[in-house]
Amino acid sequence: MTEPLLIVNHLAKAYGQTPVLEDINFTVNKGEVVALLGRSGSGKSTLIRTLNGLEPFQGGTLTFAGQAIDPTPATWLALRRRIGMVFQSYDLFPNLTVLANLMLAPVQVAHQPKAQAETAARTLLTRFGLAEFADRYPSALSGGQKQRIAIARALLMKPALMLFDEVTASLDPEMVHGVLALMTDLARADMTMIVVTHEMGFARKVADRILFLDDGRITADMPAEAFFTAPPTESARNFLASMTDR
Amino acid sequence: MSQSGLELLFQGQNLPRLLAGFGVTLRVAAVVLALGLSLGALLGALRTLPNRGLQVVLRGYLEIFRIVPTVVLLFVAYYLLPQLGGLNLSGEAVAVVTFTLWTAAEMSDIVRGALVAVPRHQVEAGAALGLTRAQQLRFILFPQAVPLALPGTINLATRVIKTTSLLLMISVMDLVNVGQTLVEANSHLHPTFAFWLYGALFIGYYLLCAPLSWWAKHIARQRKAVTND
Repeated sequence: MTEPLLIVNHLAKAYGQTPVLEDINFTVNKGEVVALLGRSGSGKSTLIRTLNGLEPFQGGTLTFAGQAIDPTPATWLALRRRIGMVFQSYDLFPNLTVLANLMLAPVQVAHQPKAQAETAARTLLTRFGLAEFADRYPSALSGGQKQRIAIARALLMKPALMLFDEVTASLDPEMVHGVLALMTDLARADMTMIVVTHEMGFARKVADRILFLDDGRITADMPAEAFFTAPPTESARNFLASMTDR
Repeated sequence: MSQSGLELLFQGQNLPRLLAGFGVTLRVAAVVLALGLSLGALLGALRTLPNRGLQVVLRGYLEIFRIVPTVVLLFVAYYLLPQLGGLNLSGEAVAVVTFTLWTAAEMSDIVRGALVAVPRHQVEAGAALGLTRAQQLRFILFPQAVPLALPGTINLATRVIKTTSLLLMISVMDLVNVGQTLVEANSHLHPTFAFWLYGALFIGYYLLCAPLSWWAKHIARQRKAVTND
């Protein structure tokens, strides 16, 4: 059952004359978890941000669920309902309560009735062990709680694909575990995920495949276990050594 | 010297005239604030758009109204416009237009500052959830920008109220002008009258502006306490 959900073909992006992504090719199948690894500045975050239109790209094509993406604002607007994204800086809306953060897109974008959106939001909060925070404002929460709520906020749109952009990078070490455990549960529930991360343990244990990005190019695309036991390039070896040294 | 200046304040038509002047001050300030703050908010939002030509025009407008003293703008509008354009407005109307344009210029800078102070990530997070640009503005950007803009806006309001005293320069009978007239009429017989009268003006303006000033300080303090997010 390898049904492709996202196909990236010859994707290229430059800031002015400086290329940031060059000839990027990969496929993500339904239910697959792909970890995007690489040094800071290798283009990981830029790549993941092009996948929901937050960054424009200049060359190549994207195909999502069998449809070629015509990268216009209207297309991205429609696609973002099906592609959830979680950021490093959580980005809960500080002017809204937790519950209002969770209900905003389901009500305003997916046009769900308020009662239905609230029930769904409260149910998910309970599942995540965060029910008591429904009526609090984000400023009253810890980083780990905020990030788990940001994940819930994206999930409530019932996305077909979830993008995670270094979601544990700003967290205190004791908060990281809870967020990764939640992402592990999602992966086990067959959510299709692309994860930019520096958590090697998580990538090895949870990801099906590793994409290794080196200077704007994908230099490895292989099963996770194979990547960690026998990194295919010098650069990947050095990268893994530097990560385990930390 | 049978009377003190203080008693004179309450004699004849003096107090009703002062109150009428106070009314003119209030009316001009209220109209200018309503028009100027709305226009300024709109211009401030426009100033966050990436359109280069628009930015040059709006920036130039702001600079001119900020650099040229308001009294000069007022004279230009009051004395030159009728000659150049044949436009003959009442003094009060000229003042309302001039003060409104000045207020809008100052307000546009406050609003622009507040809008760009909301982190870009916030808007991006809204976009990633599928919100339209209008929804991002309505639910994310504006609600976060308003508290940021409020202290500056309130301070601007107190400046607008005080600036209406320039109405004196173009013969509109505002509070200061009425006071000035009364002083000129009475001070040769009652030398202490000026003291009491300007004291009354002081209190009048203080009552209008002080609550606004406290409110602005209160909001700024509150914000400091909350921004630990």
